[in-house]
Amino acid sequence: MSTVQTSLPAGAVASGEPSWWSRLQTNRNFIALWFMLPAAAFLILFLAYPLGLGVWMSFTDEKIGRTGIFVGLENYEWLWDDAIFWLAVFNTLLYTIVASAIKFAIGLYLALLLNRRMPFKAIIRAIVLIPFIVPTVLSAIAFWWIYDAQFSIISWSLIKLGIINHNIDFLGDTNWARASVIIANIWRGVPFVAITLLAGLQTVSPSLYEAATLDGATNWQRFRYITYPLLTPIIAVVMTFSVLFTFTDFQLIWALTRGGPVNATHLMATLSYQRGIISGRLGEGAAIATAMIPFLLAAIAISWFGMQRRKWQQGSDQ
Amino acid sequence: MADFLTDRRSLLKGGATVLAAAATMSSEQLLGYAKAWAQTSPWKPEPGAKINLLRWKRFVEAEDVAFMKIVDAFQKANNVTINVSNESYDDVQPKASVAANTGQGLDMVWGLYTLPFLFSAKCVDMTDVADYLGNKCGGWTDSGKAYGMLDGKWIGIPVAATGGLVNYRVAAMEKAGFKEFPKDLAGFSELVKAMNKNGTPAGMALGHASGDANGWVHWALWAHGGNLIDKDNKVVVNSPETAKALEYVKGLYDNFVPGTASWNDSSNNKAFLAGQLYLTVNGISIYVTAKKENPQIAEDMNHAHLPAGLDGKTRELHLGFPILVYNFTKYPQTCKAFTAFMLEPDQFNPWIEAAQGYLSHFLKAYDANPIWTADPKTTPYRSVAATAQTPAGVGKLGEAAAAAIADFVVVDMFANYCTGREDVKTAMATAERSAKRIFR
Repeated sequence: MSTVQTSLPAGAVASGEPSWWSRLQTNRNFIALWFMLPAAAFLILFLAYPLGLGVWMSFTDEKIGRTGIFVGLENYEWLWDDAIFWLAVFNTLLYTIVASAIKFAIGLYLALLLNRRMPFKAIIRAIVLIPFIVPTVLSAIAFWWIYDAQFSIISWSLIKLGIINHNIDFLGDTNWARASVIIANIWRGVPFVAITLLAGLQTVSPSLYEAATLDGATNWQRFRYITYPLLTPIIAVVMTFSVLFTFTDFQLIWALTRGGPVNATHLMATLSYQRGIISGRLGEGAAIATAMIPFLLAAIAISWFGMQRRKWQQGSDQ
Repeated sequence: MADFLTDRRSLLKGGATVLAAAATMSSEQLLGYAKAWAQTSPWKPEPGAKINLLRWKRFVEAEDVAFMKIVDAFQKANNVTINVSNESYDDVQPKASVAANTGQGLDMVWGLYTLPFLFSAKCVDMTDVADYLGNKCGGWTDSGKAYGMLDGKWIGIPVAATGGLVNYRVAAMEKAGFKEFPKDLAGFSELVKAMNKNGTPAGMALGHASGDANGWVHWALWAHGGNLIDKDNKVVVNSPETAKALEYVKGLYDNFVPGTASWNDSSNNKAFLAGQLYLTVNGISIYVTAKKENPQIAEDMNHAHLPAGLDGKTRELHLGFPILVYNFTKYPQTCKAFTAFMLEPDQFNPWIEAAQGYLSHFLKAYDANPIWTADPKTTPYRSVAATAQTPAGVGKLGEAAAAAIADFVVVDMFANYCTGREDVKTAMATAERSAKRIFR
């Protein structure tokens, strides 16, 4: 900033009548452009370029080790008729919707609890964050043991208690496997939702609650007409991120099931990796990844337009 | 490890003297030998060469130690540097693929299965190395040639293979009414049923386990005369033979320990060693671990080849370990020299012994290595190369066959039917559709 200021008078002194160049030099927008350039270059190089390349690749038949030729929509046409792809789309939607909804419910509940005055508040808040801090792969491996077909602690405990008489096939049965990975994702995702909502709760002025209490508002009414409306913008942001993270989840599934049993837990991200990298068909893998974009845009659009709406922003339900 | 060393010494006393000399070579002797080898080698390493070699992470510690000894001797004798990095089975291929695609990062990869065929255009022609080794070591087995050659040119050197053979508990088999391991399909199926009835169940992976699941389902398919592709690489999986194989495997699956549809490559090892699984298909690693940690199981277990197919021929899919050199390396001579050096009898014999049966050879002369006879339980693994087929089966191995195995086309077909997700016709049609796209 200081360099700009010192250089300005020098430029002005050099010419009696300001040329377009010196005017440009003093133009704040022009200078701002240069300051933004490094960040823009960074974004273009590491975000826009790979994204564009991925989309382009989805229109080619590129394989690992050799460049592809343009095949138009061929990859998409093939995926349109591919039962496994649609299964992955279904799984991804199920996984995202169920996990996000439950994460929101538990996260909000935890946030409300943590917002109360209680002993050891700081320690309890720190503990809640643990699942979020543990590297995903580590927690996935822990869950893998918990869900193991032969050595599951859950099956073992239930058998010892005499409730069941044989191991539950957590990751081998289609429905169990879906439930298991969703639970693992919820366990991991709740802290993010809870802590962010807690931060939002703390911005709500206590005087509002006091006033409401004086007016004789019940607990529910205070939540419904004070907490919830004021929390809405934060909820929109948190849930957008939560949905994006869940939709693009990869590590957890890859470590737990590899998309099995019989593709029942394959998400679009894992299927894209399996076809694109493991099986070497980059074009098809890129097409699956590109097919995720409309869903992600829709998720962003909903929260974006939601946040634009003043009514929603202010929590009015009129 | 300590047990193993005494075993090896005692067996070597009576064994071939050449081998004894090689196996007991100290590092200085090995260095002297490596220097002498470098003098006569047809490949002259580029001065000051620096090679990045990626390999699969060891399963047997002694094997890794023996391998690093070879690397060390080669480095000192030729004044070159070899950086060895290890990746777990599942991560080797993605990394190798990225290197192939970007043309940098690695000079050579010692990978799994059909890795060189996934990007054959990026592999250095290794025909001279293969011919040199073939002439010196009794020639290549047919499976070795199939694993290394594309259109008459060697694109990789198949260093060894991990045999996927039956691991079974002897007492449980005998209790099921079998004095020796069944050699035909019907007998095998009966054995699995009887073992389940006795509460000593069998189990083979039907999840996305690259090594374990692919191995035995391909055996089942081939044993019934089914094939994914014919010899012209035309997709022929939708056939009455495949249907028979599906029915057969369903019969086995219904008698397996629960949960095999979720198993990965390590699940059966864990269950077998914990005494919950009595028959599976695996490398020798269960036995090697049991000898150290669970001698009762080691005592009671044995190995056998999977039963012969309907035509009386045994075809198995084993996990091959090919080594490849990228064509963008600056040091092709060094890479070739190292590959040849590694497979020379003086290095290869001690190394294969250190692997304790986990790695079987493709070069015929290594049948004579005492490791295969010192413990009769390892002997079945000697003939791994003789029964090995490539993932292409009767077809031609190439990029497409490598892609089909990586995409679990055959595994998913069997799993779809066995778990009841699809009926026979739909399972075959789904696999046919996926395969047709890959083999177009």
